[in-house]
Parts: sequence; structure tokens; C-alpha cells
Amino acid sequence: MALNPAQDELQRRERVRLAGLLAPGLLWLILFFALPLVVILIYSFMTNGPRGNVVFQPTLANYITLFTKSIYVNAYLRSIWASLLTTLICLLLGYPLALFIVRQPARWRTPLLFLILIPFWTNFLVRIYAWQIILANNGLINSSLDALGLPTITLLNTEGATLLGLVYGELPFMVLPLYAAIDRFDFTLLEAAADLGASRWRAFLRVMLPMTMPGVAAGSVLVFIPTLGQFVVSELLGGAKVDYLGNLIQRLFLRSNPPDWPLGSAMAMVMMLVLLVLILFYFRATTEDDR
Amino acid sequence: MIEATSQPAATRAAKPAIERGRLTWGGLALTAHAVLMYLFLYVPITILVIFSFTRDEFGVRWTGFTFEWYTRLFANERLMGAAANTLYVAFASTLVSTILGTLLALAMERYRFRGRNATDALLYLPIVIPEIVMAVALLAFSAFVFDLIRLVTGESLRRNLTTVIIAHIAFSISFVVVVVRTSLKNFDRRLEEAAADLGADSWRTFWRITFPLILPGIIGGALLAFTLSLDDFIISLFLSGPGTSLLPVEVYNKVRRAVTPEINAISTLMLIFSISLVVLSQAVQRRR
Repeated sequence: MALNPAQDELQRRERVRLAGLLAPGLLWLILFFALPLVVILIYSFMTNGPRGNVVFQPTLANYITLFTKSIYVNAYLRSIWASLLTTLICLLLGYPLALFIVRQPARWRTPLLFLILIPFWTNFLVRIYAWQIILANNGLINSSLDALGLPTITLLNTEGATLLGLVYGELPFMVLPLYAAIDRFDFTLLEAAADLGASRWRAFLRVMLPMTMPGVAAGSVLVFIPTLGQFVVSELLGGAKVDYLGNLIQRLFLRSNPPDWPLGSAMAMVMMLVLLVLILFYFRATTEDDR
Repeated sequence: MIEATSQPAATRAAKPAIERGRLTWGGLALTAHAVLMYLFLYVPITILVIFSFTRDEFGVRWTGFTFEWYTRLFANERLMGAAANTLYVAFASTLVSTILGTLLALAMERYRFRGRNATDALLYLPIVIPEIVMAVALLAFSAFVFDLIRLVTGESLRRNLTTVIIAHIAFSISFVVVVVRTSLKNFDRRLEEAAADLGADSWRTFWRITFPLILPGIIGGALLAFTLSLDDFIISLFLSGPGTSLLPVEVYNKVRRAVTPEINAISTLMLIFSISLVVLSQAVQRRR
């Protein structure tokens, strides 16, 4: 590739420019994102010292503990189940909502979407906390029941409250990608399906759902990921009665005395693995529907 | 024969049902569902705001109007200090992540290079990794680096606001890249070519053509980074050291105990701040 000197000079300058654009950001991400992940990967194969210090003695014990001790196995199963349930409920609630917004006249769509955006940008902690006021034993629902002379019920610190909080917290993340996908959908296709004799339900299942699948997939992933690692909702609304993955990881790193960073690191690693496998499966399933 | 004639009849029946749209039972159910969903999203927040003005010391029932909790809040030096720290961290991390993210977005959209796919993957990873994983990784990494520094120089460092800023930059960069790339994709490249044809060098073309056109995208990305930093408490919880408190962490430590009207008040203020930021970001995006 013998180029003339002028072209060569031009290429060299372009390369310098590209390096200038890439280097600062990439360096930051490698140093403060990729490298830390490598550190916990290494820690997950190390031994925990008596004072909670990491001893550089390779072992598989952490992973064996995760897969044999019921407290950890149960936490994985519970978190995966709660995340699947949350994703499904958000999908069932979010799809008709997104469809409703798309079908409104243009001047209404912007304010309606804006109302979905506000919770999306609002502090998650604050939004979850709001439910404590409603569900607490002396809270809004129970004091209303009491005023009506009805018996009060325990709502806060239950599994149901955790699920409610998760759905409440994540719903906007489901609606926004669904809206984008349904907005692109050509509704005359439904008429075409009806002309060909398909029932409305069948037209939805065979035409609309497959064509809006990218939105379903994006929304599901956006809901599933944070739910799998959450620890706030189960602590604030579930009363930390049962352990989810996030609660255990937080405890192993910050609260236990002594802490157990190697075991906590292994938990985080297995969680990422679970996530990766589930997302791969999910994308494969949803893109097959697309064809 | 009978079947062949029944087909168009079914079509005639089905078509007006779709055209009538919202007047059908299905349309009505859709509307009712949407009303319920908006109530579901907004009733808790509204109750929170109302109960920040109640006289009730438990903050869970209405016993009369008062501003007391807000005045107490502003007198609480610890919370005010935490609020100042949070703003400082948000401004610093937004500044750096916006610059680094914009540069990366330009590289990704304007150049083809070896390792571009790997870079793309690295850029998306912070968005799809659960925040708690990133938090523990950064905690372990900072401890590791601090240990190294102590071994080499004998100086023992502690986690402080700077470690939080570094971490916030690491997770905000990717979000800035996504937003700025979108505005670069919607950009008419012929404008740049025209500028070059008219004799502008690439530096001048960038500042006079490209930059003003992608500025709404950059501001949008910056506002997103700002909000992410402001709202984050998982990474802040793991990475802030003793004595360097941040507002979301303070709120978390308080709400773990009980509902108090003071938390209602500070939550209301955080809510108002977030809503102002969304309004701002929407206004910026409308200009696009």
C-alpha cells in the first residue's frame, strides 16, 4: 500500500485525531469499570481471612458454598422468580398503557408520555419510600380501615409489598421502549388481517405482537436487570424478612462482621452469569418470533 | 359456496369495529386501564407530597397544615451538608462524563477502526450490568488500590467524595455516549461536506457546524448524567467513606428506620428538583 506522501500524512493525522477522541473515555472505562470487574473476578477465587481481609490463596470454596448452601441457592431462585414475575406483570400492565398512548391524538401524546418520564427520572428510593406511608401499620390504608371500624391488615413487610414496589418502580422502564415500538407499528396491518378474516385477538398475536417484539425485549431487559440486583425494595417494603441476592451481597460486603468479600464477589459473578444466560435465551426466543 | 360468502360478511363486521377505535368495549377498557395506571404511578407520590405538610409527627396521617418539617430540614446541618456534597459530586461527574462521552460518541459515529465492536460492547456493559455489581467491583478495586498505595508510599487513603465522583463518571459515560450518538445519527452530513467545500478546515467545520447541531444532544446527555448522579445511592452507599455523606445515602439510612415527616419533606424537594430537570431536558430536546 504505497500511498503518496500527502495521503499518508492525511491518514496519520486522522489516526491521531481518532486516538485523541477515544483514549480519554476508553482509558477511564478500562481503569474504573473493566479493571474493577477483573478484581472481583479474582477475589471470587480467593480465601477470606479471619478479620475479613482477602487472603491470596486460590480456592473454589466460594462457588461451592453458593451452589450447596440453601441460603444462597434460595436467594438466587427467589430473586430470579421475583424478577421474572415483575417483568411479566410490567409487560401485562405496560403494553396496553403504551398502546393507549400511541392511539391518542398527537397533541395528547406528548403530555401523556411526559407523565411516564417523570417517575423515570425521579429518585427510585423516594418513590419506594412513598409506599411505606400508604402500607405501614399506622399508614393510610390501615388508618382508613380503622376509621371505618374494619380490622387492620398487615401490608408492609410482606412479600406482596416487595412485588408491588418492584412493579411500581420499574413500570416506566417497560412503557418507554414499548411506546417506541408500538409507535412505529403500522396499524393498517391490523385492518389487513381483519380483511383476511383474522379475529382481533389473532391479529394482535400474529401481526402486532411479533412486530413490536423489539420493544417487548428491550423493556423486559430494562426491567429484569435492576430487579435481579435490587436490595432496597425488599428491605423497605419487604422488611428484609427474606434474602434476595442484593441483600446478601450488600451484607457480605458492608454489614457482616467480619465481611466476606470473596464470597460476595462470587455471588456477583454468578449473578452476572445468570443474567447473561437468561438474556441470551430471551433474545433468541424473541428474534425467532420475528421471522 | 356458503363458506366463500360468509368470509366477506365477517370482514364487513370486523372493519367498522376497528375504525370506531375508542368507542368499542376494547377501547373503553384500554382507557380505563390507562387511567388506573396513571393513578397507580401518581397517587403514592402525591400522598408523599401532601404528608410533608402534615402536623402528625409520624408523617402518616393528616392532622393539620404545617411548614415545620421544611424549616427543620433547612436547619439540619448534616442534611444540608449532604445535599451540598451531592450537588458537588453531580456537577463534577457530569462535567467529566459529558466531555469524555461526547468524544467517544464522535469516534464511534465518525470512524471505522479495528476494535470498534469491542469498544461498542465495553460502552454498553455499564448500562446492562446491575448497579450493585458495579458498586462492589469499585469498592473492591478502591480497597485494592489503596492497599497498593500504602505498601508503596506508606500513605493510607480513605474513600471520599473523589472516589464517588470517579465511580459516577464511570457509569455515566455510557449514557452520554448513547444520547450524543443519537443526535450524530440524525445529523445531515452534507452540511459538513458543504462547509469543507467552502474552504473551512475540519476544526472550523466542527465548531461552526457540527457542535452547534449536536449541542442539544450533548445537553440532553449531560442532564441525564446529572440526574443519574443525583439519584444514585447504590454506588454512593458502597463508595462514600465515613464523614462524606451524600443525600440519597442519608435518606436511605433514615427510611430504613421509619416514616418521618422530615423525610417526606426532603423527598418532596428531591421530587421537585427531578421534575424541573425533566422539564428542562424535554425543552432542550424539543429544540432539536
